[in-house]
Amino acid sequence: MDQDYEIVIGLEVHVELATDSKIFCPCPTAFGAPPNTQVCPVCLGLPGTLPVLNRQVLVLAIRAALALEATPAEHTKFDRKNYFYPDLPKAYQISQFDQPLALRGIIEITTPAGPKRIRITRVHMEEDAGKLLHPGADGRLGTAGSSLVDYNRTGVPLIEIVSEPDLRSADEAYAYLIALKEILQYAGVSDCNMEEGSLRCDANISVRLRGDQVLGTKAELKNMNSFKHIRSAIEYEARRQIRVLQEGGQVVQESRLWDEEKGVSYPMRSKEEAHDYRYFPEPDLPVITISAEMCEAISQSLPELPQARRQRFRQKYTLNEYNAGVLTSSRELADFFESMVDCQAPAQAACNWLTVELLGKLNAEGRRITQSPVGPEHLAELVRMIESGKISGKIGKQVFAEMYQSGRTPEDIVAKQGLSQISDPGVLEKVVDEVLAAHPGPIAEYRNGKTQTMGFLVGRVMQASQGKANPKLVNQILKERLDR
Amino acid sequence: MPEITEETVKKISRLANLRLDADETARFTEHLEKVLEYMRKLNQLDTTGIPQTAHALPKQNVWREDQVLPGLDRSEALAGAPDVRDDCFRVPRIIE
Amino acid sequence: MDLHEHSALEIREGIARGKFTAQEVCERVFARIRDWDPKFRIFLASDEEGAHSAATEVDRKLAAGEPVGLLAGIPLALKDNLCTSGFPTTCASRILEGWRPPYNATVVERVKAAGAVLVGKVNMDEFAMGSSCENSAFFPTRNPWNPECVVGGSSGGSAAAVAADLVPLALGSDTGGSIRQPAAFCGVTGLKPTYGRVSRFGLVAFASSLDQIGPLARSVEDAALLLSVIAGHDQQDATSTDLPVPDYLLRLREGVKGLKIGLPREFISAGIQPEIKAALETAQKVFADAGADLIEVALPHSEYCLAAYYLAATAEASSNLARYDGVQYGLRVSGDNLLEMYGATRAAGFGSEVKRRIMLGTYALSAGYYEAYYKKALQVRTLIQRDFEQAMTKCDLILTPTSPTTAFRLGEKMEDPLTMYLSDVFTISANLAGLPGISIPCGYSLEGLPIGLQLIGRAYDEETMLRTAYAYQSRTDWHKQRPAMEETK
Repeated sequence: MDQDYEIVIGLEVHVELATDSKIFCPCPTAFGAPPNTQVCPVCLGLPGTLPVLNRQVLVLAIRAALALEATPAEHTKFDRKNYFYPDLPKAYQISQFDQPLALRGIIEITTPAGPKRIRITRVHMEEDAGKLLHPGADGRLGTAGSSLVDYNRTGVPLIEIVSEPDLRSADEAYAYLIALKEILQYAGVSDCNMEEGSLRCDANISVRLRGDQVLGTKAELKNMNSFKHIRSAIEYEARRQIRVLQEGGQVVQESRLWDEEKGVSYPMRSKEEAHDYRYFPEPDLPVITISAEMCEAISQSLPELPQARRQRFRQKYTLNEYNAGVLTSSRELADFFESMVDCQAPAQAACNWLTVELLGKLNAEGRRITQSPVGPEHLAELVRMIESGKISGKIGKQVFAEMYQSGRTPEDIVAKQGLSQISDPGVLEKVVDEVLAAHPGPIAEYRNGKTQTMGFLVGRVMQASQGKANPKLVNQILKERLDR
Repeated sequence: MPEITEETVKKISRLANLRLDADETARFTEHLEKVLEYMRKLNQLDTTGIPQTAHALPKQNVWREDQVLPGLDRSEALAGAPDVRDDCFRVPRIIE
Repeated sequence: MDLHEHSALEIREGIARGKFTAQEVCERVFARIRDWDPKFRIFLASDEEGAHSAATEVDRKLAAGEPVGLLAGIPLALKDNLCTSGFPTTCASRILEGWRPPYNATVVERVKAAGAVLVGKVNMDEFAMGSSCENSAFFPTRNPWNPECVVGGSSGGSAAAVAADLVPLALGSDTGGSIRQPAAFCGVTGLKPTYGRVSRFGLVAFASSLDQIGPLARSVEDAALLLSVIAGHDQQDATSTDLPVPDYLLRLREGVKGLKIGLPREFISAGIQPEIKAALETAQKVFADAGADLIEVALPHSEYCLAAYYLAATAEASSNLARYDGVQYGLRVSGDNLLEMYGATRAAGFGSEVKRRIMLGTYALSAGYYEAYYKKALQVRTLIQRDFEQAMTKCDLILTPTSPTTAFRLGEKMEDPLTMYLSDVFTISANLAGLPGISIPCGYSLEGLPIGLQLIGRAYDEETMLRTAYAYQSRTDWHKQRPAMEETK
């Protein structure tokens, strides 16, 4: 990227709220139903129908606002945003214009230069539109002879979170989205599942010469549906704008679409006047007054948020930044870890077993922590058995594999397969003596100063005990015998 | 100079997706100007600081609980559609 | 007395006492529709089969000793902007021709549950936009008092159906006078309830913050009966009030002694037809004789009502009517691409007045004009509401003419939108302020056309308004006069 230029990015993120029913009607919000099977006269916008607000939408939206440290408005209202599109059955979207749900929030992101606070302009509620399909040669809009509309998604509740243009690179935008996603998932506001479209992002991107105070002309990049795409799309768009400027041209203010397959963005052809949305207050929905009591109650019900939890994990469990970050990347994972600690597993060991062994296995299979066949109690028990010397670390891995496979408890596996570590000095001395008797050569070598043969002998003892010997004790006894 | 020209009428008709023929355009240009001229009598009133009344009577905080109820069968939803394909409403090609 | 001359209450009574059956009443209705509808063109669609089975069910219930509802066996006509499940609902527009809603409006559910016999859907101005019923895409309805005259609008079909004695009850909707003005033109009683008193769910929206559904009947008593059935909170309309609904028949006879009736001096304007002015003066005496105090009140912003109303109403309408785009239901005119389909469908589907109002409303909301028009109109709306609040501290009700003129000739005002709009000048303020209003007959012009007076009440106090209107009707017989239709048949 050309170092003379600075990239300025603001993000508009749409997040689907985790409600059972739609924002203005009692249709279900579940993903993946056959087309046009989760609809009713209200979300189809049939003549004569009226919207009624789902209270849970307001509650979750306030939760999100509070989790983002934004201030909920005392008075808020819905407005109509008027435009024609086949996925919008009323030809207006019920959204919020000049009195949004909440203003002025903050998300702290991690950058190579340290933490950075990104300001959030506003949070508002709105309804989602339907889904358009373009059956054609390549499924794209331009080439399809006609389009098909499925209204299942129409009326699914959304919040839109608008950031200030505080982001300076694709990496920062990426970090912002990850942080936002973590916060909203923690707060129980949304599952933020990008594959199912529950988190979507538009980016306003401009570039300017470093040191310039005035913002450059921005382009709005739409249709980015995965975190990876967002990063490459922003990088592409910034490079494109810089090239335009370097070649003496001017950036045009426009909306552009990202084509992931070709790795390019291209301008949408809609005329500017099509964007006169003619917002006005929604007459069918009374205004909303958010009381201090309501905010307080919702605030009380908020869990500890990722930033705070990360901090606490570092201090309380003396974990390093990396590990604390991994463990708190989702609320479920952090809860799993703390359950292990509650079951008396030492924190560092619990962290290692959880992040290396269990997550390794889950990730390889594309499963989430919530789908783990091993529960936190059992994994904690395994860690305890190792720490107390009941089994060796090596046996531990064997037991873990068995636990993951069968779902049985470590105790059960160790007992049934006789895997307990041998820590009885009497038993071990006997094995050591047998091994020494069988290997006079290495003993002589050791005593002649070739102390490396010690390792060979330990290995023999471990082998003789089928791996169950307590390696620490074996070392100790061997050393005693050899140095005698 | 009148506020409403044929250009204004054409622009508004595009916003409203109403295709007007030449005769209608001319007639609406005249009508709109005449009606708006009457409407502009509101400018005689000083409304500085007067709140807007968007709802007939004051009412607030009306909502329902988050409960799922059955909606329409797909056949009912599609019953009135002018063009259906693959259980969806079909529309002519969209030029962005 | 012939069956069709009975009031709604008399029909209910007669059926309950076995003097006649609901089926006989129903048959009589359809016989009269066959006789008279070709002349006056009131119905867009009648439902003889549905009506017959509803009547049969009432008769069966009564024979079996089962309880029946408040409207058991009473024939009722619906304005065609009220959604009826599986039955055409067109709003008198080409764009909705053939559409059958998959659901019933809340009011339709309520009158059905009360045992009413729904006889069909009646004509109106397209999407309730108009004051004469001439804006129906299908045909204008003619006035039973004089077929050369309009019935008023937009609920012209509802008023005519009652005036022609086809049905004793009808439902209409009122956005700027659409129940009251045709009631006045047709010599019947028409009531617009307080905004929020009756659920709007299933009423095809014209201007959502102004629309209300209300009854049309031959008497205040019958209107009160129908209001008792349709009023009340509805979960599906967030703007509907949850205040309890009184039995509107209960206190009708309590009289008006001590009530203060305000006469707004601004409404005594030069534009009023002299016969109407005279009728109003006579009516004042009737109220005074009944024991009411008549006082002068001020509604200083009255002259701005019409402008504020047309801006607010058309802005909302431009948004409400955007959904008719040929995608999901109703008319589609094919086009090479989406935008052409939209443009062609809406061009062919909407009539001239609807297009004009969509244009005006779109303009009032568009970038650069919102502040000057739409926002200004909402601010003036506040001033108008304050006028009423102020006036109502001095009086209980306000008395005005319903319309500045009696029914005009068909075609007379079609080319001049502004003159047509002025027909609603006295009624729209109640919609802007959300207040209840009623129009009742109070005389006849030299030509023999009905004159209506309007009472505007306090918010949610339809009871006092009905009681006052009833006191008037119990002292006069204007409402009992019937058009001499036979002579012009």
